[in-house]
Amino acid sequence: MANRVCMGNEAIALGAISAGVSIVSGYPGTPSTEIIETLLNEKVSGINVQWSTNEKTALEVAAGAAYAGARSMVTMKQVGLNVAADPLMSLSYVGVQGGMVIVVADDPGPWSSQTEQDTRHFAKYANLPVFDPSSPEEAYEMVSAAFDLSEEFKLPVFLRPTTRVCHASATVNIESAPHPKPASGFEKKPDWIIFPALSYRKHGELEKKQKLISEKFSTLQFNRIFSGGRKGIAASGISYQYVREVIKEFGLDLTVLKVGTPYPLPLKLAEEFLSSVDSLLVVEELDPVLEEQLLLISAGKNKIFGKMTDNLPCNGEYSFELIKNAVLKFVGIEVEDPKLVDIPTLPIRPPVLCAGCPHRASFYAAKIASKNDEKMVYCGDIGCYTLGNAAPLNMVDTCLCMGAGITIAQGISLAEKGTKCIAFIGDSTFFHSGISGVINAVYQNANITIAVLDNHTTAMTGGQPHPGTGRTAMGMPAKPLYIEKILRACGVEHISKVNPFKYEETVDAFKKAIEHQGPSAVIAKAPCIALIKLPPLVRRINETCIGCLKCIKQLGCPAMSVGSNGKVVINETVCTECSLCSNVCPVGAIKKVDRNV
Amino acid sequence: MFSSIVIAGVGGQGTLLASKILSEAAQKRGLFVRTSETIGMAQRGGSVSSHLRIGSEDVSPVIPLRHADVLIGFELAEAARQLNRLKPDASAVVNVDCIVPINVALRQGEYLCDDYLSALKKNIGKGFYINAAPLAIEAGDARTLNIVLLGFSVGAGILPFNEQEIREAMECCIKPKLLEINKKAFLLGAEAARNQI
Repeated sequence: MANRVCMGNEAIALGAISAGVSIVSGYPGTPSTEIIETLLNEKVSGINVQWSTNEKTALEVAAGAAYAGARSMVTMKQVGLNVAADPLMSLSYVGVQGGMVIVVADDPGPWSSQTEQDTRHFAKYANLPVFDPSSPEEAYEMVSAAFDLSEEFKLPVFLRPTTRVCHASATVNIESAPHPKPASGFEKKPDWIIFPALSYRKHGELEKKQKLISEKFSTLQFNRIFSGGRKGIAASGISYQYVREVIKEFGLDLTVLKVGTPYPLPLKLAEEFLSSVDSLLVVEELDPVLEEQLLLISAGKNKIFGKMTDNLPCNGEYSFELIKNAVLKFVGIEVEDPKLVDIPTLPIRPPVLCAGCPHRASFYAAKIASKNDEKMVYCGDIGCYTLGNAAPLNMVDTCLCMGAGITIAQGISLAEKGTKCIAFIGDSTFFHSGISGVINAVYQNANITIAVLDNHTTAMTGGQPHPGTGRTAMGMPAKPLYIEKILRACGVEHISKVNPFKYEETVDAFKKAIEHQGPSAVIAKAPCIALIKLPPLVRRINETCIGCLKCIKQLGCPAMSVGSNGKVVINETVCTECSLCSNVCPVGAIKKVDRNV
Repeated sequence: MFSSIVIAGVGGQGTLLASKILSEAAQKRGLFVRTSETIGMAQRGGSVSSHLRIGSEDVSPVIPLRHADVLIGFELAEAARQLNRLKPDASAVVNVDCIVPINVALRQGEYLCDDYLSALKKNIGKGFYINAAPLAIEAGDARTLNIVLLGFSVGAGILPFNEQEIREAMECCIKPKLLEINKKAFLLGAEAARNQI
């Protein structure tokens, strides 16, 4: 055993290693990505780790491994579970042989997600137990407990950390010796084949297991009552940490029910808590999952405050201040808010495409190529390139979910005759869920242009390999899949492949693709700047700059700013010499120079 | 000992590594550490901050308003953004460099360089101001700015760690081939602080 400062995601990975996991799959997504990255860095022999093509394939791979008796884990962000919902719902009936943990990271805020959906609902919907860690050190311990529970009840088990657990660090006591458990092997039996008769029987068994698991949970160390006065607080997840700090800071006498397994609720423990308090405040981020269950059990015997009574919100991330105000109001103590200082108006600093990002060049070329078509709609997708929505590019009109750009474009062009759509999609998203949309476009002869922004990585989440990169997560060579060949195999006939930094060629490729009747594609291929070494050259503005700021106004490159003399300055520590700005400058003031001169 | 430290900057400036080194230093001394980081979309040039809470288990990972003892500001506006996070008697090291977001150049919002500096000076009793970029370049790589600022913070005496502790923590957190250049950056920062005090 040794203490180590771990990020929550690292703690989850290390917890899985100490629990004897041998197969781990997943698809990158904030805030879950670092779990698999930690497993890859740890390089424990006997553990097979993969970035799968999407969450559905990842969950199925982990399920197959658990069928064969291995301990398996699958990781994803909350919206990824929507993609994996189909296998999940059947798997809860079929069950597993080896322990299987499904890690789904929720993102209250949201910081980096389309939705604030609450995975605890999914667990309840699928009748599967869920652990809800309040800290990295608890997440570490929960992983082992989740594997044990999974094997005991032959069901997959959820671990649902949130951003402030995933991306928080804490001192964690780590067991030193990893020991992957060997798989017992796949045993043939009718239970693996889901037929209606089996479903009926399994559904009944599943319902019975809920009660047994609830009983077990009432004695589990993650669920506890901290005794105090007749007023109580029930808290789960990160909210428990805030509650703890508020109680300590204001010296409050409250009885606290800490819930580490919000579903199935530890019924006996909850009843004990409810009988020891008259009124309570339920503190949990996102939906009132705990609150609804406590309301049901209490059946009017307690006065219960929370989201249903508008004491706390369902949306957004909780904070010390928000919980402090709710708790102090609940106990009837008035405390003056800390005095705040006046801060001068601060600039908004939204995330932007990096200096030298090839997506900027692709967006700009597509914009120039389509500038005469006022009705053009630009359908975006999920990835760094969603940032193409910001001024001055303004090249993302829609963004829904992974892979939806290509199909949303088809719907728009059907409904509004004469409207042409360009659907932008990244390479990793293309493999994840873009291909079925391409097939539909060809099948329906949709009049759209598909722009694949191929930067050879999964960039937004920090650069994970995918089926097009020619290597696996574990660094082994893999047969690379070619996007152009896939498009052709799907029946797209008009395909052009360009380097987006070759400005004129790219504009021309987009013009021709847009003019083409029926589905067309442009593959804009250039590596993410995070993958390349900075070249010895940079672009520099010379004295002929007239200060028209066209470069900044057209491109919004973060390497550019306006100097005190009103002329443009390029920050040479971030310039990648992508040369796009030189194509925009009307007076040719932006020249290639040696970085060190 | 219990100390809350906030590190603020712009995505890409290396606040995460600075936070990791401080965590490691605390861990080596046997202190419990909680941190919270901004990871994800905001890393692409957005506002980022790292919160560290050293020496107590029963606190949340995010520093409440008016609870931070120390601020290391990597950029002027981002330092000012944290003013209400600080205790009235907090100490700070602030890099006076201004990274003007592109939306300001596009006439969306303002960047009030002088106002931020005076707000920081007015509200922080023990504040140290440094132009760290030239020292990072002198060390051999502009990207060592984070380590220059750590060195300066230790030299200025605002951190609960000494130079030796941070150097040892750096050895655990930085790749061997980049260690020399970062050690130089650390030294330049620490020296600059000693010269200023």
